[in-house]
Amino acid sequence: MQASDTRSSAPLLALAGLTKIFGTLKACDAISLEIAPGEIHALLGENGAGKSTLVKMLFGVLAPDAGQIVWKGEPVSINSPFAARHLGIGMVFQHFSLFEALTVAENIALSLDDSVPIGQIAERARALSEGYGLPLDPYALVADLSVGERQRIEIVRTLLQDPQLIILDEPTSVLTPQEADRLFETLEKLRSEGRSILYISHRLEEVRRICDRATVLRHGKVVGACDPRQETVASLARMMVGGDVADVTIGANAGDGRVLIETRRLSLPARTPFAVSLKDIDLTVHSGEVVAIAGVAGNGQSELFDALSGEVTTSRADAVRLAGQDVGRKGITERRLLGCGFVPEERHGHGAVSQMKLSDNMVLARHASDAKTFLGGGLGLLKRDAVWAATERVIKAMDVRKSGVDPHASALSGGNLQKFIMGRELDRNLSVLIVNQPTWGVDAGAASRIRQAIVDLAKSGAAVVVISQDLDEVFEIAHSIAVIHHGRLSASEPARTLTRERIGLLMGGAAPEADTVPEAAHAH
Amino acid sequence: MGFYEAVLISVMTAATPLVLAAIGELVVERSGVLNLGVEGMMIMGAVCAFAGAQISGSPFIGVLCGMIAGGAFSLLFGFLTLTLVANQVATGLALTILGLGLSGMIGESFIGLPGVRLPVLDIPFLSDIPVIGRIVFGQDLLFYASIGLVIGVAWFLFRTRAGLRLRAIGDNHGSAHALGVSVIRVRYLAVLFGGVCSGLAGAHLSLVYTPQWVENMSAGRGWIALALVVFASWRPLRLLAGAYLFGAVSIGGLHAQALGVGIPSQFVSMLPYLATIVVLVLISMDRRLTLINRPASLGQPFVPER
Amino acid sequence: MRIELEKRPERSKLFSILSPFIALGLTLIVGAVLFLALGKNPAEAMFYFFIDPLLVGWSLHELAIKATPLILIAVGLSVCFRSNNWNIGAEGQFVMGAIAGSIIPVMFHGWESPLVLPLMMISGAIGGALYATIPALLKARFNTNEILTSLMLVYVAQLFLDWLVRGPWRNPEGFNFPETRNFNASAILPEILDGGRAHWGLIFAIVAALATWFMMRSTLKGFEISVLGQSARAGRFAGFSATKMVFFAFLFSGAMAGLAGIAEVSGAIGQLRPVISPGYGFTAIIVAFLGRLNPLGIVAAGLVLALTYLGGEAAQISIGVSDKVARLFQGALLFFVLACDTLIHYRIRLRSTAKVANVAAAPVQSPAPVEAR
Repeated sequence: MQASDTRSSAPLLALAGLTKIFGTLKACDAISLEIAPGEIHALLGENGAGKSTLVKMLFGVLAPDAGQIVWKGEPVSINSPFAARHLGIGMVFQHFSLFEALTVAENIALSLDDSVPIGQIAERARALSEGYGLPLDPYALVADLSVGERQRIEIVRTLLQDPQLIILDEPTSVLTPQEADRLFETLEKLRSEGRSILYISHRLEEVRRICDRATVLRHGKVVGACDPRQETVASLARMMVGGDVADVTIGANAGDGRVLIETRRLSLPARTPFAVSLKDIDLTVHSGEVVAIAGVAGNGQSELFDALSGEVTTSRADAVRLAGQDVGRKGITERRLLGCGFVPEERHGHGAVSQMKLSDNMVLARHASDAKTFLGGGLGLLKRDAVWAATERVIKAMDVRKSGVDPHASALSGGNLQKFIMGRELDRNLSVLIVNQPTWGVDAGAASRIRQAIVDLAKSGAAVVVISQDLDEVFEIAHSIAVIHHGRLSASEPARTLTRERIGLLMGGAAPEADTVPEAAHAH
Repeated sequence: MGFYEAVLISVMTAATPLVLAAIGELVVERSGVLNLGVEGMMIMGAVCAFAGAQISGSPFIGVLCGMIAGGAFSLLFGFLTLTLVANQVATGLALTILGLGLSGMIGESFIGLPGVRLPVLDIPFLSDIPVIGRIVFGQDLLFYASIGLVIGVAWFLFRTRAGLRLRAIGDNHGSAHALGVSVIRVRYLAVLFGGVCSGLAGAHLSLVYTPQWVENMSAGRGWIALALVVFASWRPLRLLAGAYLFGAVSIGGLHAQALGVGIPSQFVSMLPYLATIVVLVLISMDRRLTLINRPASLGQPFVPER
Repeated sequence: MRIELEKRPERSKLFSILSPFIALGLTLIVGAVLFLALGKNPAEAMFYFFIDPLLVGWSLHELAIKATPLILIAVGLSVCFRSNNWNIGAEGQFVMGAIAGSIIPVMFHGWESPLVLPLMMISGAIGGALYATIPALLKARFNTNEILTSLMLVYVAQLFLDWLVRGPWRNPEGFNFPETRNFNASAILPEILDGGRAHWGLIFAIVAALATWFMMRSTLKGFEISVLGQSARAGRFAGFSATKMVFFAFLFSGAMAGLAGIAEVSGAIGQLRPVISPGYGFTAIIVAFLGRLNPLGIVAAGLVLALTYLGGEAAQISIGVSDKVARLFQGALLFFVLACDTLIHYRIRLRSTAKVANVAAAPVQSPAPVEAR
């Protein structure tokens, strides 16, 4: 194997005792690792394990508080991304550092030296992107591009600087399985050119598939280093989480067959120039059923959530039916009064107000449904005691960890705030629950608890829609699965008979009919 | 000089301070900062330019003083909003209130004094061209500066690397920071440029438009300049057109009154303000246009993680 | 030396209370330096500016008169700003309220009845609210920037008043002076205490502050205002309408400013003149921020800002500095208030740039951040 030849040589990059402290939190605690030339090195860890902080120090965005970075045997200080690029370190960000209002060529120009004439960038970008099988139009506006195309810009932008080490932060989390396969081909090609790759992920299957070595982080510390090919997914997961995580299983649909969520030819025009319009969406969810909606980010998920929750109303009343009533023209408050609960994707500034206490955030979603207990008198006086009692109930039921009695939402970790927001809805008697990305950016323990709560709710007879980009999650908790692409929803199919391959094709918009099982899909 | 020639020249004189202040603010807003203190910086520019010209006897020294005053005032805004991350809207208002107060105090001893006028700079030969020559090439320094700045800013924003960086910061300061662009430093420079331009606009008021010091003589022009930036949807050449349209409206009203149309003077004076409102409404009706051109991080606080 | 900010996990309660006082202290220091620069004895100047006006009875009444419009307007603005609506045209709504409230005493000059005053106050509030509807409507309907429209309308209102008192409403027996008739006795807001000038407007202001404080603190409406102000998206999720809030905020603050306008004309001036306000509508913005957008804080802040008006006049008479100094104090105060508010949300650290460079060269040393508190 080529990789084992190169591994014997001196490391390209070595970290010794790298540490970063935020206030009282040691985000990175004396991290040491080595990356050999020509290897794909995985950096594994849960959300909050310190992966992003480490990478930001490598790329000169954050300054380390202690420790040393050794590049090709020389200790170096990297105090800006320019310095990192100058050394030969390139970075592909998870949340892309792109500029929507600028063109592809302008985006690329921003990360190149001033010595490169601006007129040549477009042509060089076009040539390079085609060479690596990542075609791009340099004059297109980024705002008009899909997530996959945006990632290509990031990669091409990095490659134009001819880096020896490329850092990829969760690159496949936004791709369809087929797009991910194509990315892996590109990575193989880069490795064969002798470049090293630091591959950050929590997707263990793909780490086992493409990485030569792995370093595992937990709570800011290195807790293991291994050859992922010698490990199982389960052993990697244990290393990452530091224990076993309870599996969630969904049983057979135990509902009474009533239709509780239904959309009929639901269409919505795009509200802003950058938004997606919804086109003729038909969806039916029965009592006791969990339907997952998969799809690549930015294909109309949040628009669909808004239409189901009533934050945006439709012109036809029968376009949306919830709990047996036409609610298309009714707002979110009236839908809640029918026993519907909603959990949006964004926690801060949508599901919760960051600079408000948990008890205030309780009132946020339940002032109407719980008006009898929370409000008094004709003036709408808030009864703080009753609100606090409900808040405490939710905190206990969902095991929300917090500091202080009633902290601001901003003071909670992502996982704990998500547990609170979920619990706030589950604490009511729901017949319908709509959730968008329930475990996005949440640690494994909290994610498992949230998924279990969704499954339990369905068992009690409620109908649940889970919009999620996470295919593992989709298969874990859904009875049936539909895929959203460019604002259109595929017909939902039973999870048991659906393959990842077929979902991938649907996510990419290549949607063959369900009954003519595709030859093309096998060819890929 | 014929009647129409006179009207045209007065339109240009009315438009020039608006162009100067608005082109500065355009650069500031393109970098993602909303400085509502244009009125305050302008009036400070006006009083300091007047004082400088009085004391030194040279209107050019006066212009320099106006620029320094506007620039210094803008740095105050920069320190609060960029370093201390204070609310930009409130800080802009504070700048205006402070500017109106401080200029009143500085200018107290200059009230009623005859001013020093910035001389006309005839451009040789070109100013001899019939009709247009006198109008376009027989103006003062600040008029040429206003046109030069508009062209320069357009070139800078869309043809240079530094301009690209500035637009990138205005679009997404987080990404720009991650790429290693020094967001705060570029914004400081943009804010300073805006302040100097506002100072120039003020200097035009007290050295060209009405060469004397009158309290509150900016009379809301700083706010109209802010509206012009929105009207121009953050594009320099459209801004130039907008400013001349405004100049025409205010001068047109005055001439209509002079011609004996029986409108009370107060209603004529309302015209620029009402026109501003109408124009803002017209431009905001096209939501798509505003959403696409508006710098996405405009007015958002930015704290770099370090 | 470089200033770095570190976000606090939660806003600091200590600095929420302290920051207005720190700002006041800093303003006084700047004032002292300014007086020194003007060649005055700072201690003496400060005494005449801030202490002397509080030592005499009549001057306390003047303080109340000046604080009345400031508090009324600022209470309205606090609701507006908290809901993230930027009405900065209160000065215009003040003028329009004064005009609307003066319709009865000017046009029905002879009518004397106990009904006159209540009708005047109500029409003043309605006048201010209606004038504030214009920017609200434009914002709600067309998404037009309310800061610019509300401000433009200030100039329009002032010019309209100027035209009225020089034209149709000019006192026919007034020797061509630009002013209306003097209001008759039943159109004059009575004094609170016999023999002092302070009028019932102050009672309105305090009642308004208390009622607004209660609304913000204990009712769902207050909660709605705070939520929409902090996140429109979360507000929509809660089922609150940002559009309706635009109207509520503007109508409420417009009504308060209008009431302040007619109370000033009826209680303190007694007729309409071309200029009826020394910039109360703008100074009230400072009052609102100094009071930390809390109605009770605003009562205190209103008194402080009223004192700067009095102090300016007093200092002009006693030590011969311009009364414009008052405006300067007001502007500086707002600056410091905004700067000090940073302390609530962030820790401020001073790092010497030399040290940072040092760290870069030898990353093992950790810099000791100096915390400024």
